Amino acid sequence: MPVKIKMKQDHIDKIKEICKKFNNDGGELINVLHQTQHFIGYLPAEAQELIASELNVSVAHVYGVVSFYSFFTMTPKGEYPISVCMGTACYVRGAERVLDEFKRLLNINVGETTADGKFSLTALRCIGACGLAPVITIGEKVYGRLAPDDVKGIIEEYK
Amino acid sequence: MENIKLTIDNKEIEVAAGTTILKAARLHNIEIPTLCYFDLKGMDITNKPGSCRICTVEIEGRKNLAPACITECMPGMIVRTNNIRVLNARRSVLELLLSDHPTDCLICPKSGNCELQALAVRFGIRELPYQGEKSSHKRDKSPAILRDMDKCVMCRRCEMMCNKFQTVGALSAVNRGFNAVVAPAFEDSLSQTACTFCGQCVAVCPVGALSEVNHTASVIRAINDPKKTVVVQTAPAVRVAIGEEFRMKPGTIATGQMSAALRRLGFDYVFDTDWSADLTIMEEGTELLGRLNKYLAGDKEVKMPLLTSCCPAWVKFFEHQFPDLKDIPSTAKSPQQMFGAIAKNYFAQKIGVKREDLIVVSVMPCLAKKYELSRDEFKTDNNPDVDFSITTRELAALIKQANIDFSSLPEEDFDSPLGESTGAGVIFGTTGGVIEAAVRTAYEIHTGKPCPSIDFTELRGLEGIRSATIDFDGLPINIGIAHGLSNARKLLEEIREGKSQFHAIEIMACPGGCINGGGQPLNHGDSRIIQARWEAIYKADKDKPIRKSHENKSVQQLYKEFLGEPCGEKAHHLLHTHYFKRKTEFEVDLDK
Repeated sequence: MPVKIKMKQDHIDKIKEICKKFNNDGGELINVLHQTQHFIGYLPAEAQELIASELNVSVAHVYGVVSFYSFFTMTPKGEYPISVCMGTACYVRGAERVLDEFKRLLNINVGETTADGKFSLTALRCIGACGLAPVITIGEKVYGRLAPDDVKGIIEEYK
Repeated sequence: MENIKLTIDNKEIEVAAGTTILKAARLHNIEIPTLCYFDLKGMDITNKPGSCRICTVEIEGRKNLAPACITECMPGMIVRTNNIRVLNARRSVLELLLSDHPTDCLICPKSGNCELQALAVRFGIRELPYQGEKSSHKRDKSPAILRDMDKCVMCRRCEMMCNKFQTVGALSAVNRGFNAVVAPAFEDSLSQTACTFCGQCVAVCPVGALSEVNHTASVIRAINDPKKTVVVQTAPAVRVAIGEEFRMKPGTIATGQMSAALRRLGFDYVFDTDWSADLTIMEEGTELLGRLNKYLAGDKEVKMPLLTSCCPAWVKFFEHQFPDLKDIPSTAKSPQQMFGAIAKNYFAQKIGVKREDLIVVSVMPCLAKKYELSRDEFKTDNNPDVDFSITTRELAALIKQANIDFSSLPEEDFDSPLGESTGAGVIFGTTGGVIEAAVRTAYEIHTGKPCPSIDFTELRGLEGIRSATIDFDGLPINIGIAHGLSNARKLLEEIREGKSQFHAIEIMACPGGCINGGGQPLNHGDSRIIQARWEAIYKADKDKPIRKSHENKSVQQLYKEFLGEPCGEKAHHLLHTHYFKRKTEFEVDLDK
């Protein structure tokens, strides 16, 4: 079950505005979800309830769509989103071991966020920095030529 | 319409253009098996996603087999429903369905009534060739409905019922591929949703994925507890359906056998919800006339139209979906709850039993009644007015367990004083019945004259929305009737927009009303069963010597001895309730 949050008023207003832009048409649900996720970063249950009520469709239907498409997520990104490149070059140079170390130290899986909301972990394909393989990004910052032993120190930087 | 000719299983047949192969075959006694397909004729309830592929047939000239339920007949078509290719395909489909099913029929609540089990029997399945990972979902128990989605075959009948027919929207297909399942939003429990517990999802589920929360064990325990006095009340629609569980013809009125069986089960007092239905009419009818008189006198404050409030699924529906209209429905409690209130506050005293030592059991055609009795406003010091509610199906199971041969039982009467009822009480069991009962009484009280005819046939029928104008001796009263919450929604939207012309509206959640409630013997898509129960209800009414609620002697006595006036202070305290705005788990409150 999702965590309960209190929606910020500006989020509520923005979601209503997005729905209105699509004429509160239930047939535009996917577009509305796209723009809402782009704005908030994820699709909390409360946002889905609000969209359902604005578009006059059931919230079960909205969740049906959100849970069907892998693009949509109900997990908020952490304050410091960690992306580990699993492209070919990074992979052959040990990205998986780096990823495993992040998982172990943060105690989360790929696609999850730590309980304090600080870190989230995603695995992605080539980010075009193969020369630095294995490479990760935290927010805008790039870290290259990593070994599992470096992970602890990197996390410390953000604590 | 134009007819077309085709051949099915070497038989030349002629059907109207647009007929599906499945219907054409059935018209000519070729029974193609189905699973996801569901069609309750005359009720506008159909489910044909064409997804299970059990009804697959071969059409000459086409490469692939076709699902008979969604493929239309074409002129000259040659269809085979039973050659080896079709039979093998059908068997494979069935084996694949079973490969992701617990196959625990021995302990399944739908065993003996399951359409998947029936198919496995029909095809003589003796082994399961496909073994692998099986779906695993958390079981969900709400006050009325048990969900065990490991058994789901994704026919999506429940989703259709919940969304299209009821417009409740508690259920939807979620996730994808192997993880796909029908569930509430966020895979929450049904209790956290706008589910009304109407139980129509259970009524159409072909397998054991959806079933009622079973209270029979608690009832047996109560009966066998020497410290407890156990009274039972039976809803009007139960008596015209319970016989089906004992191979009696649909439409058999088994009131007498039912009373006899309940007595043999060990209930101390066998009473009747029909009695409290008469009581409901005294309260609701008085409330209607009170509001009507104010309205006719030009009172702008009075809320019109009056909406009936007997159906707990309907009550929960408007609490979620139309909270702005929550002052419009009658405040009268439902017959189940009126019975409970009188049993625990009047009858218990009368027989010298403490409230907590009196157990009230109801037998209902309904699942929402299980939820209704759990509402806080129907409890005193945490002791509920009605302790347990069992369905018609659960009562039949209790009777079978107790080695009682139902059909050979003598016909026995209900006990006194809460067992005496009129024809008006009986017709509560069908759509149109509550309002007809109210009209019979309101007419006579308002005009001071006897009804010209007791049978207000203009209020009867099975169409989803009906209306009639009843002449109250020169005063035209506009009555609306809706069954099915999608139909109720239409009438409510009219009220919201200020366009409603009705003085009173009766609403029941289930298609056909309580006769086809979520707790009744399963109809498996045969609407003739509902028709037969419907006819039986009106026959039971006709057979009653007294057919107007206000002429019920026992109810009159209760007012004289205990309650005082209808809608008086005591009656108001015990027999009326109030409604709440309800929110689902994650609903954002936008009210300032």
